[in-house]
Amino acid sequence: MSTDTSCAINYKKVDDIIASIGAKKQNLIAILQKVQEEFRFLPQEAIAYIGTKIDGLSPAEVYGVATFYAQFSLEPKGKYEIKCCDGTACHVRGSMPVYTYLTQRFNLEEGKFTSKDGLFSVETVSCLGACGLAPVVVINGKVYPQMTTDAIKIVIDTLVAKEQEG
Amino acid sequence: MANTLFINNKECEYTNEPNLLEVIRNNGFNVPTFCYRPDLTQYGACRMCVVEIEGRGLQSSCTMPPEPGLKIHTNTERTRRVRKIVLELLLANHDRECTTCNKSGNCELQKYAQEYGIEDIRFAGKKPQDFLPIDNLNPSIVRDPNKCILCGACVRACSEFQGHSVLGFANRGSKTVVQPFAGRTLGSVDCVFCGQCQAVCPTGALTIKSDIERVWGLINDKDKKVAVQMAPSVRVALGEEFGLNPGENVIGKLNAALRQLGFDLIFDTNFAADLTIMEEANEFIERLNKGENLPLFTSCCPAWVRYLETHHPELLNHLSTCKSPEGMLSPVIKELVPKYYEGYDKENLYVVSIMPCTAKKAEAIRSQLMKDGRFETDVVLTTQEIAKMIKSAGINLAKIKPEKNDSPFGQYTGAGTIFGASGGVAEAAVRTAYELVTKETLTNLDFKPLRGVDKTHRTKEAIVDIKGTKIKVRVVSTLKEAEKSLRELIEGKADYQLLEVMACPGGCINGGGQPRSCDDSKIKELRAEGLYKEDIELPLRKSHENPDIQKLYNEFLEKPNSHKAHELLHTTYSDMFKNSYKDFSNK
Amino acid sequence: METEVKKLNIDINEEEKKARELINKQGLRVLVCNGTGCIANGSNEVIEKFKELGADVGILEENKKMVTVPTGCHGFCEQGVLVIIPDFDITYVKVKPDDVEEIINSHIKDGKPVERLLYTDPKTNLHVYKNEEINFYAKQSRTSLKNCGEINAECIDEAIAKGAYRALSKVLEQNNPEAVIEEIEKSGLRGRGGGGFPTGRKWRFTAANRGGKSYVVCNGDEGDPGAFMDRSVMEGDPHKLLEGMAIAGFAIGADEAYIYVRAEYPLAIKRLRIAIKQAEERGFLGKNIMGSGFNFEIHIKEGAGAFVCGEETALMASIEGERGMPRPKPPFPANCGLFGRPTLINNVETLANVPVIIDKGAQWFSSFGTEKSKGTKTFALTGEVNNTGLIEVPMGTTLREIIFDIGGGIRNGKKFKAVQIGGPSGGCLTEEHLDIPMDYDNLIKAGAMVGSGGLVVMNEDTCIVEVARFFMHFTQNESCGKCVPCREGTKNMLKILEKIVRGDGEMKDLDTLEELALAVKEGSLCGLGKTAPNPVLSTLKYFRDEYIAHIKDKKCPAGVCSALKTYKINEELCKGCTKCARNCPVGAIEGTVKNPHKIVQAKCIKCGACIASCPFKAISLV
Repeated sequence: MSTDTSCAINYKKVDDIIASIGAKKQNLIAILQKVQEEFRFLPQEAIAYIGTKIDGLSPAEVYGVATFYAQFSLEPKGKYEIKCCDGTACHVRGSMPVYTYLTQRFNLEEGKFTSKDGLFSVETVSCLGACGLAPVVVINGKVYPQMTTDAIKIVIDTLVAKEQEG
Repeated sequence: MANTLFINNKECEYTNEPNLLEVIRNNGFNVPTFCYRPDLTQYGACRMCVVEIEGRGLQSSCTMPPEPGLKIHTNTERTRRVRKIVLELLLANHDRECTTCNKSGNCELQKYAQEYGIEDIRFAGKKPQDFLPIDNLNPSIVRDPNKCILCGACVRACSEFQGHSVLGFANRGSKTVVQPFAGRTLGSVDCVFCGQCQAVCPTGALTIKSDIERVWGLINDKDKKVAVQMAPSVRVALGEEFGLNPGENVIGKLNAALRQLGFDLIFDTNFAADLTIMEEANEFIERLNKGENLPLFTSCCPAWVRYLETHHPELLNHLSTCKSPEGMLSPVIKELVPKYYEGYDKENLYVVSIMPCTAKKAEAIRSQLMKDGRFETDVVLTTQEIAKMIKSAGINLAKIKPEKNDSPFGQYTGAGTIFGASGGVAEAAVRTAYELVTKETLTNLDFKPLRGVDKTHRTKEAIVDIKGTKIKVRVVSTLKEAEKSLRELIEGKADYQLLEVMACPGGCINGGGQPRSCDDSKIKELRAEGLYKEDIELPLRKSHENPDIQKLYNEFLEKPNSHKAHELLHTTYSDMFKNSYKDFSNK
Repeated sequence: METEVKKLNIDINEEEKKARELINKQGLRVLVCNGTGCIANGSNEVIEKFKELGADVGILEENKKMVTVPTGCHGFCEQGVLVIIPDFDITYVKVKPDDVEEIINSHIKDGKPVERLLYTDPKTNLHVYKNEEINFYAKQSRTSLKNCGEINAECIDEAIAKGAYRALSKVLEQNNPEAVIEEIEKSGLRGRGGGGFPTGRKWRFTAANRGGKSYVVCNGDEGDPGAFMDRSVMEGDPHKLLEGMAIAGFAIGADEAYIYVRAEYPLAIKRLRIAIKQAEERGFLGKNIMGSGFNFEIHIKEGAGAFVCGEETALMASIEGERGMPRPKPPFPANCGLFGRPTLINNVETLANVPVIIDKGAQWFSSFGTEKSKGTKTFALTGEVNNTGLIEVPMGTTLREIIFDIGGGIRNGKKFKAVQIGGPSGGCLTEEHLDIPMDYDNLIKAGAMVGSGGLVVMNEDTCIVEVARFFMHFTQNESCGKCVPCREGTKNMLKILEKIVRGDGEMKDLDTLEELALAVKEGSLCGLGKTAPNPVLSTLKYFRDEYIAHIKDKKCPAGVCSALKTYKINEELCKGCTKCARNCPVGAIEGTVKNPHKIVQAKCIKCGACIASCPFKAISLV
């Protein structure tokens, strides 16, 4: 891990999450999802901590689960999480130019997915199940249908403007 | 009752084999495998053991239970195609610097690549700049992720034997790696260095850190005198490296070979095992009398000691303060050899120990085992390493004539020799404790319930009646089992007074430093048989009857647990959980 | 086995009657599609508008009130937002919030339909009023999707009014699990999630281990890119699924169940949670269901983004909190599944078919379909067809009917080239397969599979090699990494395909590709790996010429593969409008206003954004 993702963590919050869901191995994924919701990513310390708090799990095993599922991020995600659907329908209808536009717009190098200002993160997802509206982009849960490079530009411009105002 | 099925058109019998692969092997055939290890759960990942079953296509034989009448073919065009592609794909992604690899000659990937004639690799592999760093920062185990084929055997060993999963998978798909938490080094997590991960590793991804050159350096230094000691279990396993049967006792041959290699004095850790019993049995009796710090935990196994220190520092008061036999013998050698042998002094005397164990290498550099600014044991070699040294010196162990070891630390009893199998320490301790307390002669020396080294014997118990006092002795091997006993203790439910723990399944005979035996679970049973055979054959079978031990106490140590004994033979422990990566108490 | 008839404490017929009355009393129903697709098109706003403007519409002759009903997916996502007024027998398409006032004033108040919001048939160019006359719906027979789009999924009474829990009531009353299994066996229902294993047989295997703890697991990890039928059922008619699960639980003797839903479906998760709660409150789930003594508790497990978790053993590992890596079979889940207990695992669509089989009988169900594939099947029709969306047709319907009748043919009058069936596990079929009746066995024979039912239609502008690369990229990315053939084999297959697409391919690569494909297919541990080579094998079989064109001629016949093409601006056609330059993500287009522009080839990433943006068709591929 090249990036330093250590930060002061409120362990009490992790404790509360574990207590609310139940300190059982079968709840691990749900616990990680809540923790990620809390911190917007999974800090390494939180992963180790969870590994010491649930019977039958080790930090290495929790790390293994956290790195297996695409939903989990060990690096901070942007304020705006942009998901470009690259399912088959979106792909054949031109999702890649939209994705390329976004990576260029935020100057994302290979292997990086969050813009330098931490505002936007861009990733492709396999299928959002909105194939009838292909290609789609989802930003913080909101689905934007039938995207083109033109259309996504307007969406991003609006968000950027909103940030600059606020 | 035997059933039959067909392997390569031959009717074959099977009984209780858990899978087709075992049936195939028991009937004179073989299929290759990387991930199947009989003592671990089936995994089915490497796909090398695929066989063609009529009506069912290709199936991995390691995961398929036998059924009567199945028609199996082990060597068809289809099975060969899958195996060859698997090998080619693995090799493409593998650091193929075979000649300088520690595992060369012992590597299953290398072996099958040769058998299947993989001569051309069509797929581009990892570029050197993509190679991951090698972890060789701990004293016991070297982890080279560039040689890992992701068979998962180490991950399963760490979880299923030791229960604490220091190694795990990370990432997914072709980015998958096996690593400790977040890619840390083994030394910076709570690894206890038992070495079972490397014992099951088919390639050079996990190997024993070699100290061979250090030992040659000592031997070749004219100004240094080198004494050597070897653990009980080494003698019943070393022969395998030279074509002898598992369990065959080669102690005399080993003595001779070591002399040939140039060691100056040859002693035997078995002697020190008897010494350990003297100390530990007395310690146990004392704790029983006082009712303090019970149950008593044995302390011979360095992986177990480290486990307590890293996982349960609050229970360290239960741990016997006795050093391990090897740990006792080294300072005794350094203290007393100069008194018996001319030309030896504390400064020029070095001790090398030959152990079945990788954790011993880490134990040897404990600060508590230092004296006068030096480690009491200078170098620890594993059984595998001494085999290499003997081979490189051009000695054929199988043919060399046996020799005796040197005195005064060479004689041992049957009690000392059974230390090498799980249950042996407890049995030896009971033999002595019984007679010390009752002052009566124990007639039946065989504590059968404490014996057995297969997977069904990882927790064993016996109740010993010492003149009306019933003592419950519990023996466990693997730390996963140990943890269960500790939980009972923590929950106040422990009903045992003595707990023997060996981290390796079956005890030292199956230690991480022993010759490779991971594809055959019977081997450790044969080794254990070899030890129990020697026990019966030896004239003395109780530690306190060892005349050299008696002499040592009379002339030097006075009595068990004396001040002098404490100084040389006992040790202290420390809380290694505090400030570790798992300690969040201050955050 | 006990077969004594049980007296239940809930009379489902009475409940249904009450629910109907309740709904009738509410007034004129205006159904607004509120599926994920229509929400993206603004259906929430449309609903708000209807509620706002229609709140006091005390309009009609009978002086009925108007009630806005947000429903699940109608399937015709392309035309969203869809608004249906069943009493008027009319469907409005592409409704915007601003249109609501007109619909209310003109149609609801004055009885004059708003013609401009009607669907226009692309073939006849005529307005279509009735739902069932829209060609998209005309050839469908909706069974598992029946209520999707007709009811408010968050209101259990709407489901009960449509007959929900009638089948469950029936089996609990008859109290004969064996009879339930027999009925499912007789129906010929086969697993709708991919392989098509006979459902009844699966139930029987699991039921054979009756006695101790066992589980029902619903596989809602619909991961195939290009398939979303399970999402529609979960979002649009969750009670149908819950009922199917409870019947399955009763049949095999399980009292606990899990629905594993992919995290990408937050709406489905929300609606399932609401549905479970409501069903428990009404006594259709939970302890002592309808007074029968049968207990059945359903939990929801959210996935976390791993396609492989659609594989049943990986899914169970995931529910147990582990990395979703498949486990070897045997042991089969029926013997040793979730938490080591006997487990019945079926996908959403399969379970959603169960209530109707029990309710209407196996014979009714098996009257649909072909000899070996009974009933109806949902397909997600996407890609280059006019009508994209979710459809349900009898097994055995031909591709031609689906693509050209239901789907309305290829967009923009282009030529049909291929259809990809079954997602990353399936294959590409061509013109010659358009008339084979689609069922499990015919598709396997043709080198594809029903899979989860994704149908992606491709036209002449689609590069088949690129599509094969796309799927291999997908499976490679989603491989769990456990077994060698899938982990390393798909990676190297992808490398070869990338090489070909890049224009660096050699003819011997095709042999290596085929050899690898075979080894991956035969040697992999789980279904994901075993089927991963299908897209490559089927395209190699039917479109080998295209591979060869890439390798030998260094040409992409469809003009897709960017390495094999360059974009050029025709100076005569270019008006210098600067639109292309503004749309180029990398600033590779130079030129001044009103003067012909130029593409700097060194900078061009060949994304095609310029070609799409040019209003004068001045940019082309060379």
